[in-house]
Formats: sequence, C-alpha cells, structure tokens
Amino acid sequence: MTHGCEEKTPKISFRFNRGQLCLPYAVFLALFVIFPLLVIVYYAFTAKDGTISFANFVWFFTDMSMIQVLLQSIAIGAITTVVCLLLGYPVAYVLSRIKSHRRGILLLLFVMPMCINFVLRAMAMKELLDMIGLLGKYNFLNTVIGMVYDFLPFMILPLYSVLIKMDKSLEEAAADLGAGRAKIFGSVIMPLSLSGILSGITMVFLPSMTCYVISDTYGNGKLRIVGKAIDKCFGQNDINSASVIALVLLVIMLLVTLFTGGFSKNDNTRGVEL
Amino acid sequence: MEKNKQDKIIELIDLTRKFEDGLIAVDGVNLYVRKGEFVTFLGPSGCGKTTTLRMIAGFDKPTSGKILLNGQDISALPPNKRPINTVFQRYALFPHLNVYDNIAFGLKLKRVRTAFESKGCKPVYKMKKLSKSEIAEKVGKVLKMVDLEGFEKRSVSTLSGGQQQRVAIARALVNEPEILLLDEPLGALDLKMRKDMQLELKEMHRKLGITFIYVTHDQEEALTMSDTIVVMKDGVIQQIGTPTDIYNEPKNAFVADFIGESNIFSGTYLGDKKVRFIGQAFDCVDEFEKNEKVDVVVRPEDVEITDAESGLVKGKIINSIFKGIHYEMTMKIGKTEIVIQDTVEKEVGETVGIRIKPDNIHIMAKEFSSNKYDGYITKKNTVCFGDGEFECDVCQLYDGSHLDDEGYLITADGEKIDLTDLDVKVEVGLKDIEITDDQEQGGAIGNIVSIIYKGDHYQLIVRTDENEEDFVFDTEDTWNVNDRVGVIIPKNKIKLSLVTEQKK
Repeated sequence: MTHGCEEKTPKISFRFNRGQLCLPYAVFLALFVIFPLLVIVYYAFTAKDGTISFANFVWFFTDMSMIQVLLQSIAIGAITTVVCLLLGYPVAYVLSRIKSHRRGILLLLFVMPMCINFVLRAMAMKELLDMIGLLGKYNFLNTVIGMVYDFLPFMILPLYSVLIKMDKSLEEAAADLGAGRAKIFGSVIMPLSLSGILSGITMVFLPSMTCYVISDTYGNGKLRIVGKAIDKCFGQNDINSASVIALVLLVIMLLVTLFTGGFSKNDNTRGVEL
Repeated sequence: MEKNKQDKIIELIDLTRKFEDGLIAVDGVNLYVRKGEFVTFLGPSGCGKTTTLRMIAGFDKPTSGKILLNGQDISALPPNKRPINTVFQRYALFPHLNVYDNIAFGLKLKRVRTAFESKGCKPVYKMKKLSKSEIAEKVGKVLKMVDLEGFEKRSVSTLSGGQQQRVAIARALVNEPEILLLDEPLGALDLKMRKDMQLELKEMHRKLGITFIYVTHDQEEALTMSDTIVVMKDGVIQQIGTPTDIYNEPKNAFVADFIGESNIFSGTYLGDKKVRFIGQAFDCVDEFEKNEKVDVVVRPEDVEITDAESGLVKGKIINSIFKGIHYEMTMKIGKTEIVIQDTVEKEVGETVGIRIKPDNIHIMAKEFSSNKYDGYITKKNTVCFGDGEFECDVCQLYDGSHLDDEGYLITADGEKIDLTDLDVKVEVGLKDIEITDDQEQGGAIGNIVSIIYKGDHYQLIVRTDENEEDFVFDTEDTWNVNDRVGVIIPKNKIKLSLVTEQKK
C-alpha cells in the first residue's frame, strides 16, 4: 500500500431499497398468479385441438344452462351480501360504540366462526338445517343461510374497523344541530362508513358467488353456481370451457371492484374537490 | 346577584352525574345563567366542567337533578330537541361535507312555522322547511361574520385549525340558538390565534346577545372573556363571581391558586382586623374568629417593595426574572418565600422590606384543619381507616386503661373489653402525615392529587383508589402530582375517639 491512496476495503452492504423488499413476493406472484392466469387466457381462447378460437365464448353465452348458472350465482351473491349488510351493520355499530374492555371479547365472539374449521362448521350447519327440517326442501334458502353464516364476519370486520375510527363527536354534532337518529345515520354515519360498506360488499359478494362447497353442502347438491360449473368442466376434462368461465368471472369481479370504488384514487372523498 | 326570575335562561338544580365506574363527575351543582350572559366554567381537567356542559347540551343524562331552560325541565329532552348549539373541542366538522354543507346542516333540518293562505279566511300555519335561497342567505351572512366568505366550496380538511374553528362557530351560530355552548374551543390553536379568537368571540357575543356558556381550563381566557366565572373542582362549584370578584376575593386556597399567581400562607387571625403571617402582624379588612387558623392570599403585584428599614417585613431577594412588563422576584423571609411583581428590579441578594395594603390581604377560612375519618379497630389492635390499616394506641379510648397479654383492653375499673370491630372516630393533624415512595411501607396507598404551595411548605392531598379517601397534610418536601405513595402516620399521632359516648 502506498501513501495517499489508501483504499477502503469495500464493505458488503446488506441494505435493501424498498423495491427490493418486494422481490420475494414478485417471484411468487409471477410463478403462481401471473403464469396460471396466462395459462387460463390461453386455454380460453383455444379449442380442444389447440387452435385459436372464440368457440368457448360463444358456447358460454349461448348455452342457456350456463347463463342460468351465472344468474343464479349473482342472485345468491347479491342476496347474501344484502343480508350480511343488514345483519352486520347494526352489530358492527353497536360493537364499535361499546366503551369498556369487553368490546374486544364481544368482537371475538362475533368473528369466532372464522376460527372454526370450515368443514366442521359446514357439517354442523347442515345437521342443524336437517334438524329443523329445511334441508333438501329449500335449496336456495339453505344456501343463502349457509353463505351468510360463513361470510358474515367478513362484513362485520371492515365495517367495525371504519366505525371504530369515526369520531364519536360527529354524531353528537349532528344531534346538536337538530338531527334525529335516522337523520344522523343517513347523513353522517352511513356516508362516513361507506368505505367499510364497500369493502364489506367486495369481501362477501365475490366469494359467495363462487363458493360451491357451501352450495353443495346446504343446497343438497342440487344448486349449481359458477364455481360448481368450473368444477364440473374439470371433471369432464374440458379445460377450455373451465377457463372461459373463470375468465368471465374475473371480468365480473373487476367490474364489481370498479363499481364499489376499489380503484378510485381518493379512497376518502372529502367534500367537493377543488 | 339576586335578579328577576324571568332573567334566568338556564338553571341547574342539584345536578349530579355519576359514571358507571362510580366516579362522581358532577356533584350537586346549583347554578343559574342569565339571558345574554357570558358564563365560563373554569377548572382543572376532571373537575366536571365538560360533563356539566354535556348535560346542558343533552349528550349526557344527569343521574339526578334538573336542568331548567326558561323554567321548563329539559333534562329528559334529546339534544336535537334543545334550542342549544355546541362548538366542540375538536370542532367535529363533518369531513364528507364542504364548508357550505357543514354550516347548512342544521338549517336543512329546521322547520319554521309559516302562514299559508287558505280559502279566504284565516291563514293556516304549517311547519315548513327553509327554502334553498333562505338557507343560502343565512349561510352567507354567518360566513361573513366569521370572515370566511368565498370558502363555501372548500373541503373542511383543507382548512387550517383557525379556519376550521370559525366554521364550527358558524355552524352553531347559524341556527340562532338561545344558548351557545363552547367546549374549550380555542384549545387547539396557537397562542396568537387564541388571543385573536378570544376577542372575536367576545365581540360576537356582544353583537348577537346570545347566552354563551364557555368551558376552559385557561384562567386567563376565563378572566378575559367572561361576565361570570364558575370555578369548579372535583365536580363541585368552588366559587361563582365576576372575573374581578374571583381574582380579588378568592373564596379558598384552591381558587386563589388556580386563578392567577398568588402567594398563599398559613396564618392566624389575631382579632381586631389583624392577621399574623410570615412572622408579622398585618392589618387586614376581613373578620374571623380570634386565633382562628386561616389561609392568607397575597397577589404578587400587591406586594410593595420598600427600603429594608421602612417595610413591615424584610427579606432577601433570591431571584429575579424579567417577564416583559414587570420583574418577577422571589424574596426569602426566614424560611418563607414570597413572589413579588414590580416594574423596578431589585438586585439578587439585596435586602429589602415589603408592605401590603390591608385590602390586598385576602383571608380565607382554612379548608382543612385536620383529617377526620370513620374507622374501626382490628383484631391486632390496629385501626382501619382511609382505605388503610395503621398502628395505633388503643388505650387512649379509655382513660387509664392498659392492654393485657392477650390483647384485651383492661379499663381503669378492671373491666376486660374486646375491641375487635369497634367503630371509632379517627383524627390526624395536617402535620402528622408523611408519605414515602415505598408504597408497601405505608398504612395506605394513594396518588397525590393536589399540591398547593403555601409560602414555606406545600399542602398535599393523597387520594386512595378504593373509596377515594383523602389524606391532607403539609410537607416541605417536593413531590409531583400523580406520584403514587404510601401514607405513614406515627402511632402516637393518631387520635382515636369512640363513636358513641360510652363510659370512660
């Protein structure tokens, strides 16, 4: 070593920039999400012999039974969502307004079903429906009951987390300015919890459209929803048709997310923009 | 203060609010507010001032007592049915509405009695909504008043703290309430802005003639703005009066300490309008029982500095701080310190004399001369009181008695008494209590809830958790509020007496 040009031994740096921290997930995403998605797209646009064709789409939108399955799925999803909202909102509101430490325990009780094994829970519910004599008679009703039972916590949690953060003095302010209970709800609580309502809808509507395990269990196997249709195509080794259904479903989901404001830039719209 | 009954717009009668956890936030408050008055509830946090305001607004229901509005009991009415509007501590503006819609919120809900032409004869009255143009006109007017014209379309989240404050005031005032409640409305603003808003609020009050009830912990704010100040502590009103009254004639040491700077001394009333404190007899204007122990309050600006020889008392200046318009100096007389404000500075170390005019010496009856408790004797011949257990001399209960080996008390007549569970009255002097950081060492454990400096010592109150028993005592040591301490009382300082007069 000579004087004047002392070189520092380069230190090995273990510092990451923020982008690099996402690298493991990016690899995972590419392997298990993007690649399969491309495969689905490929199969959707090809015929059985591998040639490019739109025949699968023509089949999906002309086959009356497929349309019926799709409509039935949307109906189940929509009804489940509405029932969950009607049941879940009051619960989330009351829970968020409990002052004491018991709040946490109560919340846990309401979301407990999520912690019980899915299969066990489904079987128990089935037995219960059988016991009260609904099983086998009202397949649609039973499926909705089952869906609500399973997805209610997914409605309560986002609503609760929005409501708990809401400044309680806003309700007092509205009452102070002359609003009755209905008005306070309609013009203060509801609009301010809209983001919770929308994320609750997304969390319940989409899965309940496709969760065919539930419709199979409670609907006595008689009720077909889109998830079941895909399953059936796979059973017949018809990957192309299954891919088309999956792709149509994906588009519906994107549309629903778009509609519920999932892509809007300002999540928290406040007043009029300038 | 006796005025025509018609003048009272709101009256609180024995108003009490007890929370679910047993805490009594407001304890039997009696008060009335005259129409058009600017009343301030003043006190430290937790004194019940906000709870009182919330009960007037209707957000909290009183546990007992009445709230009369123009003579009518409104304590059961929900907030939306009361002609009262509130400016909230942190504004509580609706974040999803713009400035205009925030202010118009109340107006859109309002129904006014309007005459309708009916077929020829008498007009028919109906409750009618305000029209859009009426609302716009009112909002425009109030925006002008709070100096926010042109802000109608702005989102409230883009406004500064001061602007949000103005919107909150406009939103309440636009409804033309009979009473405007303000819950520490300026607390979140910086000093300069706060001073400006104080004057603006005062001006609005003068112009509108609406009754203002204002809550604050800032004594200066209360003195600046109010017609009447209600000083509260622990849910109880300490004093009601004009700012001048409260400042010049504080009723007790708490009020004196809370309102402005003050020197508080322990003194003795000597009779003939003379009071002795800081080692000297002073002329005064108040009259008390001869030899009664009293608290003496002297405002720093009321102490006159003289030559060392011509003053009534002399002492040494030990520090001096320049405060802008005056110097704040501390003078030491023996062990006692006295704070003096004067525009002329004296050198630190200089010996000077002081004089105090008789009418600047405020004398107040002592709140506590001793601590009194109800207690009982345990099996071990200790005494339980004030949420604690203390060693004591049980023999003082019966003259000439003594304890035998088994712990029974033998009276002078030779009678054998089992003292277990005997109810007793306990008295402990203010100078007989000590506290220690080692909580287990004390007979009782509590938190320091109050510290008042009394010239040469502090008067502390230690409060226990369970039954909120207070130990009041004097100490020369420095402690901090909220310190958790053990209470020690020497065995021979606990005075016991029997509850029912038995033979001695």
